[in-house]
Amino acid sequence: MTIEAIQNEIIDEFSMFEDWEERYQYMIDLGKDLPIINDQYKTESNIIKGCQSKVWVHAELNDDKIEFTADSDAIITKGIIAILIRVFNDQHPKDIIDANTDFIDKIGLKEHLSPTRANGLVSMIKQLKLYAIAYQTQIK
Amino acid sequence: MLDVSKIRADFPILSRQVNNKPLVYFDNAATSQTPQPVIDVIVDYYSNYNANIHRGVHTLSQEATDKYEIARQTIQTHFNAKHAHEIIFTSGTTHSINLVANGFSALLKKEDEIIVSALEHHSNIVPWQMLCERTGAVLKVIPMNLEGELIMETYDNLLSDKTKLVFVNHISNALGTINPIEYIIKKAHAVGAAVLIDGAQSCPHIKPDVQALDVDFYVASAHKVCGPTGVGMLYGKEEWLKKLPPYQGGGEMIAEVTFEKTTYADLPHKFEAGTPNICGGIAFGAALDYMNNIGFDNIASYENELLAYATEQLSTIEGLKFYGTAKHKTSVISFNLEGIHPYDVGTILDKLGIAVRTGHHCAQPIMDFYCIPGTIRASFAFYNTKEEIDVLVEGVKKAKMMLS
Ligand SMILES: Cc1ncc(COP(=O)(O)O)c(C=O)c1O
Repeated sequence: MTIEAIQNEIIDEFSMFEDWEERYQYMIDLGKDLPIINDQYKTESNIIKGCQSKVWVHAELNDDKIEFTADSDAIITKGIIAILIRVFNDQHPKDIIDANTDFIDKIGLKEHLSPTRANGLVSMIKQLKLYAIAYQTQIK
Repeated sequence: MLDVSKIRADFPILSRQVNNKPLVYFDNAATSQTPQPVIDVIVDYYSNYNANIHRGVHTLSQEATDKYEIARQTIQTHFNAKHAHEIIFTSGTTHSINLVANGFSALLKKEDEIIVSALEHHSNIVPWQMLCERTGAVLKVIPMNLEGELIMETYDNLLSDKTKLVFVNHISNALGTINPIEYIIKKAHAVGAAVLIDGAQSCPHIKPDVQALDVDFYVASAHKVCGPTGVGMLYGKEEWLKKLPPYQGGGEMIAEVTFEKTTYADLPHKFEAGTPNICGGIAFGAALDYMNNIGFDNIASYENELLAYATEQLSTIEGLKFYGTAKHKTSVISFNLEGIHPYDVGTILDKLGIAVRTGHHCAQPIMDFYCIPGTIRASFAFYNTKEEIDVLVEGVKKAKMMLS
């Protein structure tokens, strides 16, 4: 599926929720479900700085597509990560670089997109894109 | 007795909604809210007599200067300083501490010792570490116990004739512990060391008497006592302020300038280079007037009631752990829910219109001591109510349900 198609799917899912509580409960459940990173990658150098909660991201290139894994010690952050990973995982670096992230606004999580919010979502998207830029140069 | 509903009517912000819920503001230790009389003073300043001070002959400048100096006297009276010129206007606690730390560069030498406590805000740690780097002085730390109280026996042992300076907060921002500063000051003076007390967290609750305390430096921020941000004060004993060299150079702080030599102005202007936060200083005075009108005894006893009620109500939540259970503490409650990150709880509480602080509260050494990433901190002011505490308790229960 394309990044855009996945984003639309997520927007559809979130549109069924009546209020913030259902949205957050869904994210929390996503966060709980996912052991999303191998412990060996929970290293100091994989930590994204500037967050109240710790966020780790790891990326690998397989068949010209990037495989992301990530984790956080805060569950809501982890839920948001789970959504991001669903969108960006197994995609070509170029598509990741070009992707916009307006869908976060559309699913009612706009407050998490503020660059001053200490949850690291913005730094995290930036980090995912940086990985994509780095891997892009390795692809012929 | 406080008429809390009447007091609440003074604070326009308390009637706003957050996320479609009535705001419950429990982040008072970070910054307090501003009552209408103080807002009026700010509006009046910019509407009627905004001018630069101390050097104009025109009427506006004179009026602004008078009001600014009256504010200085208000602060002097509030802290019971001997002289008005012992009150230096600064941009806040952080600035005040840096001013003193910078001055001590000229007074310390290698292997002199300075003492800090384990309970400090980063503002009362980092400037002194920088001082140590500049001078080769050594930083010693008074440790704390599990309750969040400083261990005075160790403090006694740290003191020696090498000790030149001791700096401790009056009240800890992260845990609310009231420190035994009378004892700390007396013991420091016995070995000839000076003492700086960081009053950022005490001034919202207590009216300190700097002469009775015999403290050498006392510092505070206006924004924690119902005043505006970006202004604060340094009290220093006259003899100390005369001894310390100026911090910043510029206008206002000089007596005479030639390219060969500049002589400095007298106190307090020696430490007040440049155009100050004039409106802020005047509003700081108004904020202290406002709080004194309510009365610090009334404030303290009401806040103690809130603290006791909140502690009792929060204790009913299973898996809730308090950090900082000192015998003497103010209306600050730091806690965590077992197995849940404070950031998650703070996010849910915000959705419910409740403002608390989460994180390390600029006191990382305390979090390291407890081996936690941070806490949820609810801090109460005299305009808060038991009903709001009920909302918090329900909110924490809800967060716990959603997150576990
Ligand atoms: C104990 C303590 N010291 C210093 C500060 C710093 O105050 P300011 O940021 O107003 O300079 C604070 C503020 O949170 C504090 O609580």
